[in-house]
Amino acid sequence: MATAEVERRRGQLAALSIAAVVIIVGVPLWWRTTETYRAWLPVSQIKQLAKLQLQLSADVEVVFARGTVTPEQQKKVPLTQTQEEEHAVDGDLMKWFRRLFRRMKRACSFCVFMLCLQEIQSDESLHTLSESPCGSLVFYVIPELSLLLPKDTDVYIGQRRTALLRVSSQVGVGRTLEQLLAQLEPRIKQVLQVMSFSHTDVSAVLSDRVRFNPDSKEGIADSMRAFKSSPGYEITFSLLNPDPTSHQLHWDIEGAVQTYIQPLLTKLSPVANFSIDSQTLYYSVLGVKPRFDSSCDAYTLNADSLAHVINPVEARLGSNAASSNPVLNFLLYVPDAHHSPLKIQDHRKQEVPSNAFHSPRWGGIMVYNVNGFYEPEAELPVDISINMAEVMGVFLAQLRLLLGVQSSPPPPGFLVAPRGSSGLADWELDRLMWSRCVENIATATTTITSLAQLLDQISNIVINDNIAEQVSSAVNSLQLAVAELEAGNLKYALQLSKEAILASEKAFFDPSLLHLLYFPDDQKFAIYIPLFLPMCVPILLSLIKMASEARQKRREKLAKKD
Amino acid sequence: MAAYVNRCSNLLVFIFILSVFLFVDSQQTTPVNEQHTNTADNPQPAAESATQTAEEGRWEATEVDEAALGDSAADKLGVRASDTFVLTPTPQPKDDFQEELVIRPLHSGDIYASFQFRTLWETDFMRENKVSHYRLFPKSLGQVISKFSVRELHISFTQGYWRTMQWGQPFLPSPPGAELWVWFQDSVTDVDAAWKELTNVLSGIFCASLNFIDSTNTVQPSASFKPLGIVNETDHRFLRYATLPREIVCTENLTPWKKLLPCGSKAGLAVLLKSEKLFHSSFFSQTVHIRPVCQDRECKTTSWELRQTLNVVFDLHTSGQGKREWSLFKMFSRTLTEACPLASSSKIYIDVTDNPQEEYFELSPATPLLSQAVVLGDRRTFSVYDLTQQVTFGTVRSLNLLIRWKSTEGDMLRPLLHAERYVAGYGLQTGEIHTVMYNNHPFRSFPVLLLDSVPWYLRLYIHTLTVTSKGKDNTPSYIHYQPSKDRMRPHLLEMLVQLPPHSVTEVTVQFERALLKWTEYTPDPNHGFYVGSSVISALVPSSVAMDTNITQEQPLFSSFFPCKEESSYFVRVYTEPLLVNLPTPDFSMPYNVICLTCTVVAVGYGSLYNLLTRSFQIEEPNPRLAKKIANFIRRIRGVPLLS
Repeated sequence: MATAEVERRRGQLAALSIAAVVIIVGVPLWWRTTETYRAWLPVSQIKQLAKLQLQLSADVEVVFARGTVTPEQQKKVPLTQTQEEEHAVDGDLMKWFRRLFRRMKRACSFCVFMLCLQEIQSDESLHTLSESPCGSLVFYVIPELSLLLPKDTDVYIGQRRTALLRVSSQVGVGRTLEQLLAQLEPRIKQVLQVMSFSHTDVSAVLSDRVRFNPDSKEGIADSMRAFKSSPGYEITFSLLNPDPTSHQLHWDIEGAVQTYIQPLLTKLSPVANFSIDSQTLYYSVLGVKPRFDSSCDAYTLNADSLAHVINPVEARLGSNAASSNPVLNFLLYVPDAHHSPLKIQDHRKQEVPSNAFHSPRWGGIMVYNVNGFYEPEAELPVDISINMAEVMGVFLAQLRLLLGVQSSPPPPGFLVAPRGSSGLADWELDRLMWSRCVENIATATTTITSLAQLLDQISNIVINDNIAEQVSSAVNSLQLAVAELEAGNLKYALQLSKEAILASEKAFFDPSLLHLLYFPDDQKFAIYIPLFLPMCVPILLSLIKMASEARQKRREKLAKKD
Repeated sequence: MAAYVNRCSNLLVFIFILSVFLFVDSQQTTPVNEQHTNTADNPQPAAESATQTAEEGRWEATEVDEAALGDSAADKLGVRASDTFVLTPTPQPKDDFQEELVIRPLHSGDIYASFQFRTLWETDFMRENKVSHYRLFPKSLGQVISKFSVRELHISFTQGYWRTMQWGQPFLPSPPGAELWVWFQDSVTDVDAAWKELTNVLSGIFCASLNFIDSTNTVQPSASFKPLGIVNETDHRFLRYATLPREIVCTENLTPWKKLLPCGSKAGLAVLLKSEKLFHSSFFSQTVHIRPVCQDRECKTTSWELRQTLNVVFDLHTSGQGKREWSLFKMFSRTLTEACPLASSSKIYIDVTDNPQEEYFELSPATPLLSQAVVLGDRRTFSVYDLTQQVTFGTVRSLNLLIRWKSTEGDMLRPLLHAERYVAGYGLQTGEIHTVMYNNHPFRSFPVLLLDSVPWYLRLYIHTLTVTSKGKDNTPSYIHYQPSKDRMRPHLLEMLVQLPPHSVTEVTVQFERALLKWTEYTPDPNHGFYVGSSVISALVPSSVAMDTNITQEQPLFSSFFPCKEESSYFVRVYTEPLLVNLPTPDFSMPYNVICLTCTVVAVGYGSLYNLLTRSFQIEEPNPRLAKKIANFIRRIRGVPLLS
């Protein structure tokens, strides 16, 4: 009996030690060998990004010219004054965006500067007077009777980052400073709406992520027109010649690009890189047969059929092989001899004066009629040189629309200076940079948060070190960009937001995220069960048996005590 | 305000200088500036149209102001006036396009048609300034050249195998499947990365599986593939060569190829390229070759040449319906009505060398134009149809060439060099590759360069390499061998072998078949694995003097390979690709193995566990089962139980 008891004890010990070996060595070994490598991600920082509150601030300097304030008032002018606005960008679809508030803060530092009126002759001298950094604005307040501005204009917006404000006459000379400032404040706000970022701009660039109220269709169309922010764009001009037997076309695209397009793009270079090329496509026809309209003695394309025009042409445009940047297509279509002149009609059956149309986020097309060149006795093909000034005028207007360099109409009483040779004022560029910056930050944030969410949900994706690195650098750049925006350093903020977007895209589209073979759980069990079931069942059974014996023993002991 | 006016007029002067329309005065260029400021200042109508388009579609009319329109109309009138004054102010285009079709009736009754399209463009792709303006040259290829700093690019897609013994030498040889070889500029620092990206981009352009080209099938031949264009450096570090023998070529590859032509498939010879006929043939090959070439003999100006060729051999038996008669309509189901209006020359050549008195076949319509060209070491005579002349199309305004055979006899000149290859041996462990090269020249021996690129999963035993001609050992004068690395790179074997006159030379090498990892097998592993063709490049002695002046006007098909000397011509011969079976496991095996192993482990473990944990003791013998049952029944019956 004693030997049997010893034997039993030994058996129990053996079972326990096997169970211990399996649990201490086997399970961790299995766990370690089947585990996927997942580098550390800054999850908490990413979560913070999702609740990001963006703060945009622009420095505005207000300069009082002589005759607007008295010397005593001068001393009392406050040095800085901050205006704050808060706007919620609301969205129903994207939950995390609902929490996103955009607070706009505008610090107006009032300083008194005695201007000699004769000095402000032109924008140039205004500019040299005070060099303002990117994103900031300078307003000059001039007396009512100043001859600088034409009579009926109250505000003059210059080519650079300056504006002239006329103080209205309602407040007499004997007014207090508070009155003056109170009068100025709405005016400044109004000018800022035009010259700097506004709520509508910001919500327009975020329109992809935020659902709009159904009544603001106009806003959608506007915001959908411009291309999305990207580090670079490819601009392609294509000359479509469906009928090379009847006309040989010559266009001096090289010269035209240099003259008309390049100045604008040079100006826009802080926002994105542009590359331009052009091609000539022969025998490319529109997808719609134009109908002859006897009332205007021309073939017409109406607005409804425009959507079908491009498809057959697009197949031949050729995607850009060398880069993945979005392509802006500008097509110049010269209709063949049998279908010209060709006119485009809008929805009201009116002829479109420019004979051109554009498609949001795709490009533009212009129809150029050459039927006037055919002379009855002319020998075919006729050599025709295209008037590039006319063509480029239209393409430039389309390019501005597609790049989002559109400005809302100025309120009455505003006079906007004509743009210089580049066709883009400094403040317009700033506006574009503000919205691009916000868009970049929003895009990068979405990318990073959705990547984090994806990695969180699918637990067996391998996260390599380089991905973790990209994610951290994106998060880092994002945080810095937000800080720079808050400080009003638009240039750096844009730069950082670009870096953030690049890093986040790189991480998101890394091929190593897709490398793993995903096995469904049932298949995994099918593999493991033949090994695990026969090994674990005896261990479990003997453990249960031992436990029940132990319980029985305790019960017996209790019974004995009783 | 005065300043603005000043600057405006400055700008006008600037535009005025740059403008080609010298007659346009500053009045007329003004609208450009006003035009876009106007559109920007006055977006009211644009916004209106936007509200409409929001419901009705994505297209919006571009609004330009009324005033601008009036001005631009005046502008147009001005230009029109100027145009009538200066008739041709246009500069001479720097690009040129030629097309031609060569038809060679083969003695077997098959017919060989070769299309050649050449675009020449005098430009520099390597400029710093990335603005580029394409006219005849396709933009997609131009961008590829400038982005990847490509010096030469040769790509071919072939369906079927060219039967040299039946058909003679092709004008431009190509191996079955896809072949790509690229010379990069010496400014490229990371050639492998550029090559990887380039293959992916080309794969997109041509809708082919070129993206499967990786380091395991890429080699850097040291001697076989020299640049065909202007040469300034031939360091083979900048060369990459790869073949995909498995590639199936079909319509989806032809369509993008046709798109590269300036006239597309709408005019000129390309209207004949209908895929339903082209792929119903014995042999189909389409190629793209890009290289820099000299414009003149002194090579003062260089230009880029894009040469697109398409070779097809139509089979008599599958489509001739028993009659030995061919026409353009029968071959391509189209006839020709015009040349491509952009082409500077557009010609059809028909090889009539063997048919001087029309004894073998009859050609209609007849043409008085004959031309002679030296091609592949032979002087050939061609009937020429010039499509740029209206006379060619006759009164019916369409050209349908007809070839009617008169006799079935005829002997073809046997090609001087040809080669074949096969795998010998049995079983799935070892094997032997035999490459056989024939020199049919009666009295001249000549050297050939043999290039073999064998995938790593055939492990070559290079010590078993033997080269024999006429029963004797033939020691190669140059051997370049690069051993393979598993899953990294293939074997590369290059040899310079002298072929004695009228002889057969056999190169054999033994190999062992590797066992692959189970994810490395193709979806149809029992089909076998392809080994790309061997490439044999040779300078074959020519019977007639070759033309060494490459810039001279000559038919395109005879001018592809540059000719250095008069006495020999360059030939490249591709052998058949090999299909090798590798040891293939049963693919349900891993799971079976797992189950079996686990069961064995479980049984062993179970007995061990039992031995360790159970205590063994002698048990009192229990009453037998039969006795128990008997007692049970007895209890029911009320009979005394058994003890």
